[in-house]
Amino acid sequence: MKGDYFLKVDDLSKRFGGVIAVDKVSFDLQQGEFLGLIGPNGSGKTTLVNLITGFVKPDSGKVIYRGKDITGRMPYTIANLGIARTFQMVRPFYHMPAYKNLIIPLYSPRVKKLSGGKYGERDHVAIDLLEDVGFERDSFVPYKIAGSLPHGYLKRMELARCMALRPDLIILDELFSGMSMSEVASTMPIIEKLQEEGKTMVVIEHRLRELFRVANRVIVLNFGRKIADGTPAEVMNSEAVKKAYLGTEAE
Amino acid sequence: MAVGYRRERIDRGIKARCDDIFALSSYREVLYLVVPRVLPVLLLLVIPLVVGIYWAKVIVMACIIAILALSWDLMFAAGMISLGQALFFGIGAYIAGSLNHYLGLPPAFTIPIATIGGGILCTLLLSPVLRLRGIYFAMVTLALSLMFVRIIEATRILGGTEGMTALSPFPSLWVEVYLSLIVVLLCLFGFRRLINTDYGLVLRGIGENDRAVMSGGINIYWYKAQTLFIGSAVAAFAGAFTAHYQMVVGMAAFALDYSILPLAAVVVGGSGTFAGAALGALILVPLSEALRAFVGLRIVFYCLAMVIFIVALPEGIFHYLQRRYHQFERLVEVEVRK
Repeated sequence: MKGDYFLKVDDLSKRFGGVIAVDKVSFDLQQGEFLGLIGPNGSGKTTLVNLITGFVKPDSGKVIYRGKDITGRMPYTIANLGIARTFQMVRPFYHMPAYKNLIIPLYSPRVKKLSGGKYGERDHVAIDLLEDVGFERDSFVPYKIAGSLPHGYLKRMELARCMALRPDLIILDELFSGMSMSEVASTMPIIEKLQEEGKTMVVIEHRLRELFRVANRVIVLNFGRKIADGTPAEVMNSEAVKKAYLGTEAE
Repeated sequence: MAVGYRRERIDRGIKARCDDIFALSSYREVLYLVVPRVLPVLLLLVIPLVVGIYWAKVIVMACIIAILALSWDLMFAAGMISLGQALFFGIGAYIAGSLNHYLGLPPAFTIPIATIGGGILCTLLLSPVLRLRGIYFAMVTLALSLMFVRIIEATRILGGTEGMTALSPFPSLWVEVYLSLIVVLLCLFGFRRLINTDYGLVLRGIGENDRAVMSGGINIYWYKAQTLFIGSAVAAFAGAFTAHYQMVVGMAAFALDYSILPLAAVVVGGSGTFAGAALGALILVPLSEALRAFVGLRIVFYCLAMVIFIVALPEGIFHYLQRRYHQFERLVEVEVRK
């Protein structure tokens, strides 16, 4: 089986006190796939991401990435293997200029090994990356203190920080939440471009219309359990999904 | 519509847009940057020559607290709040003291050994708790420093309650004054340089949001351990220096003063800039001496002064001075809607 899949999540469970946040979830991912991860609020999507990226240790189950068991490894170890994520709540370094926020992933062992780089060079790479996510190079926006930027910029800066790691697997946790329609419209092409470049992506999103346009596969979670897995069309027609989103009729 | 006034702050001169890129075009602008750095250094180096022996000794004490405050500020930058500067200080003092007392090594050897050895020892001691954040880390550092005193008291090792006396002194007061001053300046400018490199940026990132740094592929515990080593080595130097300066090492080396005074210095001076830490120590320690005239009420006035500083300038003296230097204020007319 080794090498067949890119990422394999096997029977992963996590319990917080009396709540089972993730309940025996299994799926695997091929290289280049664009997986949408949806589900009602509190269905365990973010916990699943936290389990994969090492921020939360699973109670049972395995995560295998490129044939390597990464279950319960430290988040930075996993990041250095090429799995980058964004946070649902933005976590910028508020006191630093926007481009300095990107220096931290650029300083990681992974990026140092891939491209080397010195003090000044890293600044240039950072500004290039910010330009890719729509920070106007000739404006002063990349040099502004992150705390003074609007939320939409911070969200895109999260994406740039994720890309700075030169990842093979990108996990976006509700990147579009809190963005305006026009910001979403300008960010979509960036994500489509990443997809064209052959990056494997896992995207949690509540804006299903945008998600279904790019995703070639969707997994639906409800109460921590996987209730559907298939193409967007298959998932939308699934009875279980309709029930989860609309609720069952009162008896 | 009425007319009101609002204070507006305007950046002065070349401090217009960027923090670290300057376009120097005139002699004046060079002076604008150089004077606030060179003038305090020159003042520091000249003052001990003119104030007499008593105040020169006060300056040495201020320098010791300044070194501890700088080490506190560096650890704080990387998100480690320490209440255990006394732990680092005491370990440095005891290493230097015992090397001198039992083996007869001169200060030229004991101080460097105590600095490096103290740094390594403290880092090893605290490495299991690097995962703790904020007040939890602080409590562990505090508990360890209190524990060491009792160990020495109970087991009577290393001189027990009496301490180790008759340690080798420095050749003269001037060596003491200028050695401590130079170390303060080295730490001050060294740390300021360090924190602005990419390495320092990672440290500040850990202080602000360690999870985001981890997702950037940085092993935060390794970086925290390195910072802890630098911070505790510097504090251990202060301890070793003080051991030879006072020619005695006792349980007082672990006294809470060495944890709290640096903290007070940073709060008064302003954290995050290092200059604030040094400035705070150089204000508080001489102030405490100057208040000796009040005898019994000395601590009362000292505390009052501290409260006034903190209430009036919560950002810290250095941040205030820096802002006044780089910006000027003017009143502008604004329309006030009723």
